Amino acid sequence: MSGRIVSGVLAPHPPHLVYAENPPQNEPRSEGGWEELRWGYERLRRNLARKEFDVIVVHSPHWKTVVGHHFLGVPEFSGLSVDPVFPNLFRYRYDLQVDVELAEAMHDAARDAGLVAKMMRNPDFRVDYGTLTACHLAHPAWDKPIVAVSSNSDYHYFSDDYGQEQMLALGRATRHAIEATGRRALLLASNSLSHRHFTVEPAVPEDMSHEHVYSHNGYLWDMRVLQMMREGRTRDLLEAMPDFIDQSVSEAREGCLTWMLGAMDFPDYPAEVHAYGSVIGTGNAVVEWDPERACGEVPA
Amino acid sequence: MSGGVVRGLIVPGKPHPLLAADRCAPWAALRASFDRLRDELAQVEADVLLLYSTQWLSVIGHQVQADPGPEWVHVDPEWHEFGSIPYRLRMDADFATAYRDAATARGLHARTVAYRGFPVDTGTVVALQLLDPERRLPACVVSCNMYADRGETLVLGKAAADALRAQGKRAVAVAVTSLSNRYHVDVVAPEDDRISSLKDDEWNRKLLELLGEGRLEDCSQLAREFSAQANGDQKMKALWWLAAAMGQHNRYTGRVLDYQPVYGTGAAIVDLVPSAGAAGALEYDEEDTDYYVGDREVLAGGAATTTAPVPAACAVAAPGVVRASGAPEPVGAYPHARRVGDLLFLSGVGPRQAGSDAIPGGPVRGPDGEARDYDVRAQTEAVIANVEAVLEAAGSSLAKVIDVTVFLIDMDRDFETFNAVYREHFETVQASRTTIAIDALPTPIAVEFKVVAAAG
Repeated sequence: MSGRIVSGVLAPHPPHLVYAENPPQNEPRSEGGWEELRWGYERLRRNLARKEFDVIVVHSPHWKTVVGHHFLGVPEFSGLSVDPVFPNLFRYRYDLQVDVELAEAMHDAARDAGLVAKMMRNPDFRVDYGTLTACHLAHPAWDKPIVAVSSNSDYHYFSDDYGQEQMLALGRATRHAIEATGRRALLLASNSLSHRHFTVEPAVPEDMSHEHVYSHNGYLWDMRVLQMMREGRTRDLLEAMPDFIDQSVSEAREGCLTWMLGAMDFPDYPAEVHAYGSVIGTGNAVVEWDPERACGEVPA
Repeated sequence: MSGGVVRGLIVPGKPHPLLAADRCAPWAALRASFDRLRDELAQVEADVLLLYSTQWLSVIGHQVQADPGPEWVHVDPEWHEFGSIPYRLRMDADFATAYRDAATARGLHARTVAYRGFPVDTGTVVALQLLDPERRLPACVVSCNMYADRGETLVLGKAAADALRAQGKRAVAVAVTSLSNRYHVDVVAPEDDRISSLKDDEWNRKLLELLGEGRLEDCSQLAREFSAQANGDQKMKALWWLAAAMGQHNRYTGRVLDYQPVYGTGAAIVDLVPSAGAAGALEYDEEDTDYYVGDREVLAGGAATTTAPVPAACAVAAPGVVRASGAPEPVGAYPHARRVGDLLFLSGVGPRQAGSDAIPGGPVRGPDGEARDYDVRAQTEAVIANVEAVLEAAGSSLAKVIDVTVFLIDMDRDFETFNAVYREHFETVQASRTTIAIDALPTPIAVEFKVVAAAG
């Protein structure tokens, strides 16, 4: 049987959500906070529980590379992840498996597509917190292997359009590899929307009276792109992406969302927006494209 | 000896000289230059290695590493095929705390981090492995805030100098940064490595020409243009930090130990030794900043980082706050005075001149921390004039002073002269007075008054 993508999810990775959820893997404990987003991830998990999938493929902005796209290529990793930006919130023990066969297939497909690609074979490598956070929030059981893909940022030297082209090519290569290996894959594109942070933190990090989107402009852009997603207008979204990135400092610049849209061949059916909320000023949404519900209608 | 930066270094933080020096001549040359510098540093009398690494990015203000012994096996996210770097570092946790406090006192948001397993960045690990593998000196590392502008980074550098002075520590300050930071984006064999563009190479060489002449402050002021032209590493914030920590001048003996490509980026090793005889000319074309008051509200049209420090409290209509245009700006988040009931409580008043911050009678130490001769008579006269300016702004006067606390940094040397000047102004006032000898004041002054007076 040919492999397929069972769902594609815009799955942002604020460590605050893991912190607020108080999973046993995370050392600091909180009083809660960011409930709307965490409830959104709960709705996503309920949907995913009805699906069968073999592997989670995640693209994270926090494994940054410049020379090519890198793929985890060691079967198992375990260790402690400490967020370098929010070490007070995220100190997380992980133990995960990697689908090396699929990773190698993606690597080869990327190379065949003319991209620079590299396997990461160093067993001492520390998996980035973006990958861990997105995977934990989408599927905390950790009973599926993952394939983690680095965020290549050589587009900084050229243009966002150039970066989008690269990520679309990587997405197509990802789809081909999934189909060729017969995997049923869940894709996680782990970026936020508008991405301007506050540079100060309240004394109690989960104090929600301090939380809002950094700027009205960021909010307007977030709503605009979410509406496109709800209406299944992913090609329009791609057209708007350079302006969105430029004007809202969007983390979509790191290519995760474009990669996933490329892998899913631009879904033209409505996405389900499970939640939207801000985390220390950045706009975050949990959004799911489910091919099995491609005939759904846009909510009123 | 008073504390300060005794030596400034600029070094690259890529792992190639440490892990892959044998792969091509440029990386081997960098390793050899690092080794030479390491040997030289072993002869330098210093108390701490003070690092600013462009690879340690922060969002929430600035972070200072305060774990006394960070230990891990590091793998670079990009260059993982070169191998792992096991490390056990030695950090000066006490100084880290002092640095955090000094940064906070200048309005920055800063915190120390001391978490087992904290991911120390490649630049820090590489620099410390190559410069001080024996951990002869404890280190202190501060992060590079991804949103910080020039003003915020200058303040961070000045806070480093504040903390060194306060602790009386001598530091080798290390800016861990590339110059041009444009990688090759395709796979390039090490033996084919070169600077990724001729333009980047030309800009690197221009910057190094200035640094070789000891013109650090000129380079700091050139950083924006350099970054725009040559894709400077993190906008060359490391130069802003280093220049501010070292006193914002060009009086150094500069030495470029090496300049090589590292996968297309410009990697230079530069040594700067404070020297009165070196190039002194400055071309100041950018504003200076002493105090940080938060993000710029660009969309609102306001600029919060200012040359004239505006304490955050300005935005709050606190009752009884007194601000005097004729007095020097405070160096922290406090007003000139506060009225409560019928009493005026003045913040500590020194001799700095309003507007220019010049110190009548001269500063007690130079920009490098060296002691200087000064005129305590002129300073005391200036203090009293400033006290008068604040009192008059509050509708009071010298005649209404009730109590004075005087701080002198050298009682033996200065008391007699100070006392004579004081008598000329206060003999008829008959305020109660206490005179105290202290080690230092926040700015290079010899005398400060703390005054309580009757309100107008």
